[in-house]
Amino acid sequence: MSLTTNTESTPEQPSDSRTGGNSHPASPPLSETHRETPAIEVHDFSVAYRKRPVIWGIDFKIPPGHLVGVVGPNGAGKSTLLKGILGLVPPASGWVKIHGQSYKRQRKRVGYVPQRESVDWDFPTNAFDVVLMGRYGHLGLIRRPRAADKEIAWEALRKVGMADYATRQISQLSGGQQQRVFLARALAQNADVYFMDEPFAGVDAATESAILELLADLRSQGKTVVVVHHDLQTVSQYFDWVVLLNMRLIAHGPTEDVFTVDTLQKTYGGRLTILADTAHSVAQRTP
Amino acid sequence: MWSWLSDPNLQWVLMGSLLLGISAGAIGSFALLRGRSLLGDVLAHAALPGICLAFILTQNKGLLPLMIGAAVAGLIATKCIDFITEYSRIKEDTALGIVLTVFFGVGIVLLTAIQHSGAGNQAGLDAFLFGQAAAMIGRDVWVMSIVAAALLVFSALFFKEFKLVCFDRSFAGGVGFPVRVIDTVLMALIVMAVVVGLQAVGVILMAALLITPAVAARYWTDRLGLMVALAGIFGGASGVIGSLTSALGPRLPTGPLIVLAATVLFLLSMFAAPSRGLCAKWRRAARLREKVQRENFLRDIYERYELALPVQQVATEDLLAPGVPLTNSGPGSDERSHVRSKRVPRIARRLERQGLIRIHEHEEMSYCALTLDGLRAAWDIAHKHRLWEIFLMHEAELRSDHVDRDADDIEHFLTPDLVASLEQLLKVHQREPKLLPSVHPLKTGGMDSWTHTR
Repeated sequence: MSLTTNTESTPEQPSDSRTGGNSHPASPPLSETHRETPAIEVHDFSVAYRKRPVIWGIDFKIPPGHLVGVVGPNGAGKSTLLKGILGLVPPASGWVKIHGQSYKRQRKRVGYVPQRESVDWDFPTNAFDVVLMGRYGHLGLIRRPRAADKEIAWEALRKVGMADYATRQISQLSGGQQQRVFLARALAQNADVYFMDEPFAGVDAATESAILELLADLRSQGKTVVVVHHDLQTVSQYFDWVVLLNMRLIAHGPTEDVFTVDTLQKTYGGRLTILADTAHSVAQRTP
Repeated sequence: MWSWLSDPNLQWVLMGSLLLGISAGAIGSFALLRGRSLLGDVLAHAALPGICLAFILTQNKGLLPLMIGAAVAGLIATKCIDFITEYSRIKEDTALGIVLTVFFGVGIVLLTAIQHSGAGNQAGLDAFLFGQAAAMIGRDVWVMSIVAAALLVFSALFFKEFKLVCFDRSFAGGVGFPVRVIDTVLMALIVMAVVVGLQAVGVILMAALLITPAVAARYWTDRLGLMVALAGIFGGASGVIGSLTSALGPRLPTGPLIVLAATVLFLLSMFAAPSRGLCAKWRRAARLREKVQRENFLRDIYERYELALPVQQVATEDLLAPGVPLTNSGPGSDERSHVRSKRVPRIARRLERQGLIRIHEHEEMSYCALTLDGLRAAWDIAHKHRLWEIFLMHEAELRSDHVDRDADDIEHFLTPDLVASLEQLLKVHQREPKLLPSVHPLKTGGMDSWTHTR
């Protein structure tokens, strides 16, 4: 699969050189196997809002099939990193590749769960319609969803246990249910790489376990899920890969190697004292 | 007496305001949901200098040149707003206010200048302030119907895109829709809808025709497609009603009457709409209050029975039959009661009708006895409340006399495992309900079931 996608990418290369002239040496040679193509590759990536840099020179590669936690203090630029990767905010420098190609070309292989608070839940629509929006990207402009798209949306609703609520107006759903609808919408995108912005924020216990089940299921299908996460206590339990961020990249890699007292101290600075519990539990885990 | 309706001039006017109302209402739904309500107002006010300049340049009062002038001025105004919000610390609402007043002020200056310039054909230009549907002629209506048709076709074609961009911009951008382009198309449609209505409704009130029908329609439905259609219908109806009323009286301005008609429709919707309307909300609140009172009453009686029991036991008809006193000293009277006493007789009557309690007299006292059905309900309520108490005692470390008020809030809150451990804690604290409806009373299951059963 990567062979064909890579050959397709050749004509696209000139446009890549606009953002990063060194994309040629960095892109993997055609002979490499699919396994070795990172699901996500971020190179020298910076984003600035009104000339004030938010994230600076971020570099990392994530191999496919991992659950990745993006962790860092408030204002560390976690959401901005996601938005930058998805092209929602223009980068000041650097480039991003999804399975070896520019995000623009791989859009249909990427699913996105924005923060729940980012939308007006009093919007006149029901849960099913929101999930169906996950198919819009595949449809493109003007075309209407077909029966097959609706079937996919139903399947996604069933997977998150929300099929009974399909016709509910979305403001009639609890916070956790709304989050599950957002997840179902991402599932309906049928993507290989998912980006989720704080899906665990403010959800009930039932939704939390539903999300975890879903994440495990996605990983078992070889998909890659990147989750912005706030709760340090659960990081090592939920994710097998972490990206520690505080405007700059602090560390990234498998959780057991990277999620240590030392890196946390670097990420959170003095503020880690408040999180002594986590530091303690992490210290116990790492001999 | 309806002969005046056959006046061809009036027919044109009615046709025009109908088309105008439909297109403004339909596009207005998207403007409202996109959070652009005020922008319609800015566009309308900003149109005035455009109209005046177009007249000065062309010396022509035809609808088309004036509309083009209005549209160009409106677009410049939106660019000004974007510029101000992007390059200064001024927030969007302030920018809207500034741009609206500046453009309108310039418009008034130009209008006054034109009126005093002595140009022969300027009369009637000031009708653009409050609108004059009577001034519409056949050619204007043709222009309006083309614009209205274009607006409706565009909103049908881009319905999916508009919906997505209005609901969730970042997702729309993430899946690759050209959000800026879609936004610009939507903005252009709003400009067209506003501009086409200026002649009939006037620059000052046009925004109301854009937004009011949409707000009214929102009350009746939770589906976007239906909302757009309804807003179109409401807008069209307002247009027709307003123009008709204006034609009835001498020198009644059309614009304000159309807007008043839309406002009446809005008020009707706000009060009478099912489920979202105010009356429906009041009814729901009253019903909820009553449900809570009934439950508190049943719990009261249950706890009174319980006081007399030394150990847990299964109830029999005989045990229940004597009942507990229902008087000033009965349920609802003393301080540990959950029901306010003046409501007691009404609640008791209702519960008796439902077959949950029986009221009987004995030595000039009223007694209230639970039936077996009533006991099942009362046990259920008491059991849930105590689980909730225990939950709050242990999870939030509140004292138990503070925790019994909000049992309804527990919905979707506790997992079955948690409920099981709470059951254990009930035993530990000896707070298990003592009077059982049967040997093995049904467990209340997950807390999810609470709301569905009630």
